[in-house]
Amino acid sequence: MSEAKSEKEKRKIQSEKKMRDIMTAYYIDAKTARQNNKKVAWITSGGPVEPLIAMDIIPVYPENHGAMIGASKMGVDLCEKAEAMGYSNDLCSYARSDISCATVNGGPIGGLPEPDMLVCCNNICGTVLKWYEVQARYFNIPLFIFDTPFCHTEYTKEAKRYVERQIGEYVAFLEGVCGRKMDQDRMKDVGRISFEGQKLWQEVLDTAVNKPSPMTAFDAFFHLALIVTLRGTQQTIDYYQGLLAEMKDRIRDGIGAIAQEKYRLLWDNLPIWYRMKWLSKKFAEHDACLVADTYTSAWCGAMKYIDENKFLDSMAEAYSRIYLNIGVDEMARMVIAMIDKYQVDGFVLHSNRSCKPYSLGQFDIQRIVEKERNIPCLMIEADMVDERSFSESQISTRIDAFMEIIKDRKKGRA
Amino acid sequence: MITAGIDIGSITAKAALVENGKILGTKVTFTGYNAEAAGRKVYEDVLADSGLEASAVGKIVSTGYGRNSVKFADRTFTEIMAHAAGANFLKPEVRTIIDIGGQDSKAIALDERGKVKNFVMNDKCAAGTGRFLEVMARALEVDLDEFGAMSLQSGAPSKISSLCTVFAESEVISLIARGEQRFDIIAGIHESIAARISSMIARVGLTEPVMITGGVARNAGVVAALEGKLGVKIAVLPSAQVNGAIGAAILASSL
Repeated sequence: MSEAKSEKEKRKIQSEKKMRDIMTAYYIDAKTARQNNKKVAWITSGGPVEPLIAMDIIPVYPENHGAMIGASKMGVDLCEKAEAMGYSNDLCSYARSDISCATVNGGPIGGLPEPDMLVCCNNICGTVLKWYEVQARYFNIPLFIFDTPFCHTEYTKEAKRYVERQIGEYVAFLEGVCGRKMDQDRMKDVGRISFEGQKLWQEVLDTAVNKPSPMTAFDAFFHLALIVTLRGTQQTIDYYQGLLAEMKDRIRDGIGAIAQEKYRLLWDNLPIWYRMKWLSKKFAEHDACLVADTYTSAWCGAMKYIDENKFLDSMAEAYSRIYLNIGVDEMARMVIAMIDKYQVDGFVLHSNRSCKPYSLGQFDIQRIVEKERNIPCLMIEADMVDERSFSESQISTRIDAFMEIIKDRKKGRA
Repeated sequence: MITAGIDIGSITAKAALVENGKILGTKVTFTGYNAEAAGRKVYEDVLADSGLEASAVGKIVSTGYGRNSVKFADRTFTEIMAHAAGANFLKPEVRTIIDIGGQDSKAIALDERGKVKNFVMNDKCAAGTGRFLEVMARALEVDLDEFGAMSLQSGAPSKISSLCTVFAESEVISLIARGEQRFDIIAGIHESIAARISSMIARVGLTEPVMITGGVARNAGVVAALEGKLGVKIAVLPSAQVNGAIGAAILASSL
């Protein structure tokens, strides 16, 4: 018993506690913003947060909140509330949870702090436009829409001019709401810190190329919180430096994320937040480690477009070319690059009922991957927050069969 | 060595005994609410039918939805592997398996060695499965075993468009009210199942020869509708319903 416990203890990522502390402090700050004369902005997960940090506005993410609602299994209740308000059950479960939660202050942290403004960037989906309009009406506060045209194949000259022009409007919007000017030097610092944070996050994710991998995608889903919510702050850098060092120690000491890593897998789409433990156990029982995913790397996947010294100007392109705002062919290219980089034996796609832009091209991506890399692919139908869309025995059988194929193939090759 | 395969499905439990490439016996019973008891019962029955003692059996593999409730099995495999092994044993040239069971349907693509290359299962929805047919049989007051023969008399299948079992049932009831012939309605039901299965087949890729397994294989109407839709001949073995159990017994022999 004690041996089993110490074995589990050995694999536990120590930084986790620090992360929980940082997130707790962050939400306390956000919830007490009014008392401290600070403003709060709700912003979409892929939105340009750096100008908010530079203006000392506390950014709050309904999507991160949605993930917390999902992970604490409170999603169904809030989704049902939204449906009772008249929202369709086909609507994204983050949107449903957020819209209903705002009216009852429910969920694991008693609701989000009331916003002073909303910043909506549609680089992740079209749903956010209507969702944020609903909230702007509900709270009766100003909404800024940062419109990033879809980059099917390229980022055109026209798109570039269009998006860049909005950066000036965005800054003017923030200055108007706050009643003060932006400090340009501060903005430059924040830009550099954001870039540094993204670089570190990528380095953390890169440690998973090691065999055995020191972390799983399930760990990445957890440690992702800071690069999403506190991008552009020093504590993000400090945290990821610590996490990176811990991962390097684990590699040095040969500590893998799971007891026995025989098979390596890549995950696509958002996590199934309410089933993280079940899924990670399920895969670990098959000696399979989900070493990487397309989701967590979305917050550092467009770094090549950023000029850290001209952050504001270059972020227009970086925010336009994130994973969900590009064509399926390019997505497939990125997936294949990850398959090669992390040397995975199989590809697991979560067809997420909530997230249409993420799920729409998955059949094509699967077909391209099967053709180009000939590895087994598995499609799991579920939802990130709404547990009603998860059928355990169906999914269990699919995972078992998928792992049987992978084991068979590996055996055949050996 | 004698080996046993036990396939616990959502509606029926199946068992098979195999020795040196020969099937000694098979058995089908209803699963009921207790999968564990059903597993024991069908195993005891197949042993009794074959005049064998449990001690004569070397290895046991369980499969199907209730595979984990068969506590006396040496190992479990998913029904995807079991059906592939069964098909490969009975008809090694098969490259595509259509399995339609009680609550799910699958398309399984096999490679040149008869190993599973890829598979697709139905979404979380019972349309296109045995349970769907049961509901329709009740609505039409026709014995399910007569479905196949009746539908083959139809010259103009009715159109069933709903993808949902419950809504399709009301659709069927309104077709009855409109005075459509029962055999046309049944043929329409089979067409709608065939349409669903065909799109799953399209996802794994259709390679001949094609074989159908699972309880629904006994329905000649579904098979004919699928053959029409896919434009290929589909092999139906008398052992289609117990194919998973046979496959499990085969898998047990190489444990």
